[in-house]
Amino acid sequence: MTVTALPTLKPADFASDQEIRWCPGCGDYSILAQTRKALSTVPFPKEKMVFISGIGCSSRFPYYMNTYGFHTIHGRAPTFATGLKLAQPDLMVWVVTGDGDGLSIGGNHLIHALRRNIDIKILLFNNEIYGLTKGQYSPTSRLGTRTKTSPGGSIDAPIRALSLALAAEATFVARTMDLDPAHTASTLQRVAAHKGSAFVEIYQNCKIFNDGVFNYVTDKALRSDNALYLVHGKPMVFGKDNNKGIRLNGLDPEVVTIGKDCALDDIMVHDETAANPTMAYLLSRFAYPDFPEVFGVLRNVSEPTYDELMAKQMADSLAKKGKGDLRKLFRNDDLWTVE
Amino acid sequence: MVVSAPAAPSRFEEVDSITIRFAGDSGDGMQVVGTQLTNVSAIMGNDIATFPDFPAEIRAPAGTLAGVSGFQVHFASTDIHTPGDSLNCLVVMNPAALKTNLKDLQPGGILIVNADSFGVTDLGKAKYATNPLEDGSLKGYRIVKVAIDKLNREALKDSNLAIRDADRCKNFFALGLVFWMFERSQETTIKWLHAKFGKKPDILQANISALKAGYNYGETVELMPIQYRVAKAKISPGTYRKITGNEALAMGLVAACELANKTMVCASYPITPATDVLHQLADMKNFGVKTIQAEDEIAAVGMALGASYGGAIGITGTSGPGVCLKSEAINLAVMTELPLVIIDVQRGGPSTGLPTKTEQSDLLQAFFGRNGESPVAIIAPKTPGDCFNMAFEAIRIATEFMVPIFILSDGYIANGAEPWLIPEVDNLPKIKINHPTGPNSQGSSATHENGAGEPGKFLPYKRNENLVRPWAIPGTIGLEHRIGGIEKQDVTGNINYEPANHEHMVWTRAQKVANIAKTIPDLVVEGDQEGELLVIGWGGTYGTIATGVQKARLNGWKIGQVHFQYLNPFPKNTAEVFQKFKYFLVPELNRGQLLLLLRGTFLIDAKGLNKIQGKPFLVSEIMDGIKPYFHSNGNADNS
Repeated sequence: MTVTALPTLKPADFASDQEIRWCPGCGDYSILAQTRKALSTVPFPKEKMVFISGIGCSSRFPYYMNTYGFHTIHGRAPTFATGLKLAQPDLMVWVVTGDGDGLSIGGNHLIHALRRNIDIKILLFNNEIYGLTKGQYSPTSRLGTRTKTSPGGSIDAPIRALSLALAAEATFVARTMDLDPAHTASTLQRVAAHKGSAFVEIYQNCKIFNDGVFNYVTDKALRSDNALYLVHGKPMVFGKDNNKGIRLNGLDPEVVTIGKDCALDDIMVHDETAANPTMAYLLSRFAYPDFPEVFGVLRNVSEPTYDELMAKQMADSLAKKGKGDLRKLFRNDDLWTVE
Repeated sequence: MVVSAPAAPSRFEEVDSITIRFAGDSGDGMQVVGTQLTNVSAIMGNDIATFPDFPAEIRAPAGTLAGVSGFQVHFASTDIHTPGDSLNCLVVMNPAALKTNLKDLQPGGILIVNADSFGVTDLGKAKYATNPLEDGSLKGYRIVKVAIDKLNREALKDSNLAIRDADRCKNFFALGLVFWMFERSQETTIKWLHAKFGKKPDILQANISALKAGYNYGETVELMPIQYRVAKAKISPGTYRKITGNEALAMGLVAACELANKTMVCASYPITPATDVLHQLADMKNFGVKTIQAEDEIAAVGMALGASYGGAIGITGTSGPGVCLKSEAINLAVMTELPLVIIDVQRGGPSTGLPTKTEQSDLLQAFFGRNGESPVAIIAPKTPGDCFNMAFEAIRIATEFMVPIFILSDGYIANGAEPWLIPEVDNLPKIKINHPTGPNSQGSSATHENGAGEPGKFLPYKRNENLVRPWAIPGTIGLEHRIGGIEKQDVTGNINYEPANHEHMVWTRAQKVANIAKTIPDLVVEGDQEGELLVIGWGGTYGTIATGVQKARLNGWKIGQVHFQYLNPFPKNTAEVFQKFKYFLVPELNRGQLLLLLRGTFLIDAKGLNKIQGKPFLVSEIMDGIKPYFHSNGNADNS
């Protein structure tokens, strides 16, 4: 057998011939560009990559990637991805979804895909609004968000996507944002390398219906005070002057100033591989303005994947019963012969 | 008439067939002994048909009317197609079972009663004001009162079992009695008990003792003046087993996939009466079968379609309420033109309806239960054994035509059993499936807009002579393409909202499904090939309709029968067959769903014969439906 080296690909090789139809200024453009860029560096054959989406602005994504793609139905993308992965475990299967698609109509499938640890990669573009239906509040919209369906302000408490993913036992949980392209690309590279269900929330600006909702982190002047970039093994430090940090007071995290309230040694150190997801959960709840919102990988642990467990059961059954024999199968009950 | 020890020695009476039902609490093991009687009768050479009837509740309070479970067996020396209209013998383990089943016992029929369960409390639970064993209400039946509890405990007094456990063997005592009365061999059941309880010697021995005690009790006290004997049936030679519709479906699907050299991915959510199919497939991993219990019905169909997209045979099994939830994903299969097998084991509806009872009321749902113009292929097995053949056909049609296909089974054939002539594996069809490995565009770019003529390009919606698109699967180098639920441009598969294209695609998808008719067998007329009345059925009612038509024809009436296994599309000779008859009667377990389709499609003035009670037709009901069409002189009269 000869081993052929994978061809060297450029981001442009991942561009399909279809005209992109997102609104000018949409955050999706940046995510698309970074995905093409990240995948061009991933040592994996392009024909084995598949993008599956549901319904919504983000779900048009597969049409713009020159890979296999399946634009499915609202909220159900993880189910198609699961079935595809069962049929062909050696594919790299990506799911692109949004806050409405993934957390509202498809919330159930998201939870179950994550808890099964099937080897699929779920990118959830969160813009806290329904865009394709022209501006209604979504399950991640903040309390008080005024939209056409919530003229008096939303009274629905929002879902925290990362908390939900952790509760569903996702083995890889991360967050990035459209307006930090380098971070988006590096996060996607890490996702590509993970075995098991990976979940990434991507803050994405909807220029038309919810412009600037993430200004506190996307505006570079505000970002350093409101965004905490997690680095495995490093203390959780942030701020313009790099002197703010997170300290744990009992079970309550608090923002402290290093050198004034405490020393650097008192600051929490990030451990993305911790078996216990409690710290990751605390981080997932950090919300502006009380806390800096976290970016990077919250959790990255290795557990047997659904595909591996399935393969093992198939092999065990084969070892125990031998290769299936239709003749025997047809005769696995009392028989009688008529002469 | 109470039969005590008769003076005359017992003797045998030869009969063509016997219909017997065991009825008791859902915890009394009636399904087990019914199945045993079936197996034994089949092995003894009789033709058999069964009808299990159980409540939706797993264990309703003991002794109540809601908790009664029954199993009906019809065994015969002739070719039979139904589990029997009325009972020659009814075995009841308690008053509730008597109350709910007595109406099906023939006048003069044998009623075996567990007399130990007719205490005041038992009668109260069954809402009897007086004891029917004593108030004369059962005269007209041949009652055999047996103190089953007491005799069974006595028989097991030397076992190590507690009374509670000993009581659990009393179904085998009752089976022993029945074995004696109908001259059945105990050997097969004893062998089965060894296989089942080999690791629990106490339980094994107790059940064997109970069975033998029941048999010997019948013989010793000569429970009846006569015993019955049913000769072997004249059946085509070969090796047989008993099979239920759900078993046949599972085996057919596995066999078809194996012979097509394809991986099966079956994703289902548990739902009565379809779950059995998933149970069986889940245990066949050594055939390369992959199963997954999805989080809901929607996920199940999504996984199945995702697997099909990946080149596997995607299958999802459910019942009517599940089909409701799957509709949107089925439509995605219609739009993306991917194969998908949907098994609908129909039950009484609407809504939760009658979960354990049969009905044929999902036909129109399968045809039309989706948004837009959404044609799918629909087939319906006509007997338990036919589920095997239809499983092959489902996979063939789905893959040959890139369409979703419904298999409309029903609770009656799913759980009912019949003898099945085991097929030779070498004679089974091998379904051929091709996946493209290279580009399919031809010609120059000038010949087609949007680059469809560009050489070296893959065109996912370029069609063959039957209008079928290629099934290119992820992982194939150079064929990367995108599909989805938005309207497609024909040939290229690109998103397209143009009015003319949409209309073209709607007609194309419909014509593609219509083209399936080229590959399916013609409709076969049984009975008279032309004449006055054509009786038209579909799906699981075949056995009853066939028996009813055969009996009615004995009057000299000119009646033909057709039975649709293929419903969309209909066989291509359908209109031609209809032209040969004057009147049309369509028996269905619904309000007239096939009737509506036939009237609309073929402009025939068909009439319905409808039953919607959660139960299959009786033969007599079919005959009663036929009768008004004929005068005694044999001329049809539709007045």
